[in-house]
Amino acid sequence: MIRIEPRDTPSRAFALGVPLLSALVALGFAAIPLLAAGANPIAAYGAMFKGVFGSVFAFTEMLTRATPLIFTGLAAALAFRAKLWNIGGEGQLYLGAMAAVAIGAGALDIPGIFLVPLIVVMGAAAGAVGMAAPTYLRVKFGADEVVTTLLLNFIILILVQMMLEGPLQDPMGLGWPQSAPILDQGMLPKLMDRMRLHSGFILALILAIVAQFMLIRSVWGFKLRAVGENVAAARHAGINVNRSFFGVAAISGALAGLAGVSEVAGLKGYLTADLSPGFGYTGIVVAMLAGLSPIGVVLAALFIASVFVGADGMSRAMGVSSFLADLVVSVSLLCVLVGGFFAKFRVVLAGKGEVAQ
Amino acid sequence: MMDLLNILLSDSFWAASLRIATPLIFGVLGALICERSGVLNLGIEGIFVVGAMCGWMAVWLGASLWGGVLAAALAGAAFGFLHALLTVPLGLSQHVSGLGITLFATSASYFTYRTALPNVSSPPRIEPFQPLDIPVLSDLPVLGPVLFQQTALTWLALGMVGLVWFVLDRTALGVALKAVGDNPDSVDAQGLSVYGLRIGAIVAGSSLMALGGAFLTMSAFDAFFFGMVNGRGWVCIALVIFASWRPGKALLGAILFGAFDALQVRLQTEMGALVPGQVFLMAPYILSITALVIAARSADYPRALLTPWFKGQR
Repeated sequence: MIRIEPRDTPSRAFALGVPLLSALVALGFAAIPLLAAGANPIAAYGAMFKGVFGSVFAFTEMLTRATPLIFTGLAAALAFRAKLWNIGGEGQLYLGAMAAVAIGAGALDIPGIFLVPLIVVMGAAAGAVGMAAPTYLRVKFGADEVVTTLLLNFIILILVQMMLEGPLQDPMGLGWPQSAPILDQGMLPKLMDRMRLHSGFILALILAIVAQFMLIRSVWGFKLRAVGENVAAARHAGINVNRSFFGVAAISGALAGLAGVSEVAGLKGYLTADLSPGFGYTGIVVAMLAGLSPIGVVLAALFIASVFVGADGMSRAMGVSSFLADLVVSVSLLCVLVGGFFAKFRVVLAGKGEVAQ
Repeated sequence: MMDLLNILLSDSFWAASLRIATPLIFGVLGALICERSGVLNLGIEGIFVVGAMCGWMAVWLGASLWGGVLAAALAGAAFGFLHALLTVPLGLSQHVSGLGITLFATSASYFTYRTALPNVSSPPRIEPFQPLDIPVLSDLPVLGPVLFQQTALTWLALGMVGLVWFVLDRTALGVALKAVGDNPDSVDAQGLSVYGLRIGAIVAGSSLMALGGAFLTMSAFDAFFFGMVNGRGWVCIALVIFASWRPGKALLGAILFGAFDALQVRLQTEMGALVPGQVFLMAPYILSITALVIAARSADYPRALLTPWFKGQR
């Protein structure tokens, strides 16, 4: 007879070991599709490793890829801590990106010292509004925010296409559905010569540290965690639950919006409807791998960015589809879920004679 | 106004509505079965993709059309079983597990498709289900074109509505299934297996979801494209709440949604010059959110939805 018992205290070793082990298991699991695709897994892993650590350029590319994932990962981690299910990171990212090009692509020709902060703040605000709306629908009407944020992702992406064929279209773009480029002084400064890595990465790191501090040390963070643990108890303790929801919704949306700002004003320079290959959704995996810890988000984002950049390199070298990276990422999410179970519970094998309760 | 009336009175409009509703009927029924047992299945979007890919690929590899339908249902059942293992005996977060299943199922389908067909520029086509042209019946006015010129999968979907209604409302299994979603302790006290009922419901529901996907590649279109599911699964999750977890209302909701979608396509061609086309493309998603907002407060949620249950506790 198998019995499941809760552990008295969740195992600390598990809490740290589970994400690491999940990542390794997911990478190991990738051997199956690699073999199915006719590739030698050892050589493929080698190619992936080289694709990330093979040169300074490759490494900075990984950091560049991690940047939006830190933002969207933080967005998911903070909201999930309050059990507010923000699955709309993808849409909020595009809202931030739209705000960035609406302001930065020629509408305001002001010095960079004013323009860059304005783009960042307005992009964050656009994302915040994008999450405040579904939160309002939940608080006021009880409409499940999982479904509304998911559906909003599709609405916002169509809105982006509409804007790129309308008001935001580049007049010099020969009719392509893309925005005008952000003015040079509005771009986030690059960190290194001849590399694409930009200061959005530094901003992401700073925000991760701030978020960690706020979550663990501030009264705001304490209330947020209390709401996430037990809404009824939090309300009983006199916490204004709705204010906590709106607060974390705004911050979560703002962070996802910053992912869009950073991609447009740090990397691409202009907006297209394929700006994000699902950074919003991957951010959820990042947050879960991080155990919803903001500092953990940075590490998880670096891992997942490595998988994506490495798989791109491997795909070029060996002709295996780079969808492999998405497989590894999704399997690592499922593994970390199962691992989380074993951190909280232990499985007891009771003897045959013993009567199960 | 006359134009709108003409559209609403035309046979082809209602035929299109039922066609668009078909994958949603499968999806809403599948989600309804899972949720009635107490488990939310956000894997639906990915299970649609798996069903679309597997059904199409089985036929492309030489299986019959019904062989493809079976392949899709089995693949959906497999991913549903995985979701069931994670959420029922392990009691893990239904939200996160479901999203994980969607990501896993989608990437597995895309990877398989890309690996099987590395260098195709245009997706290979299969010979899809043809409209059933039933003599006499399909010549009936109105009903003929609307009902009797649909493909067999639409008929299967309509049949499933009846079957799910019958099982839920008229059989002991249905009573047990609804009880396990409302009060699992009472089911356990009667000596029935909570785990067994929930796992069975999720597997059955997931195979129905996969048929919704299969309809896309085997009846609505004749090929598989990346991104072809395009949020249909999420729409179904909203429609279940709108339908208050009842099969009859689910059918109504899916057909209303289909009618609205068919209407926006027709309005788009009529009013395309006045309003950007994207406004119409957004409409179905906005409609889903609106339906959710209207129905959410009064919805009769299965009481144990989202609550894991462990044997021998409480």
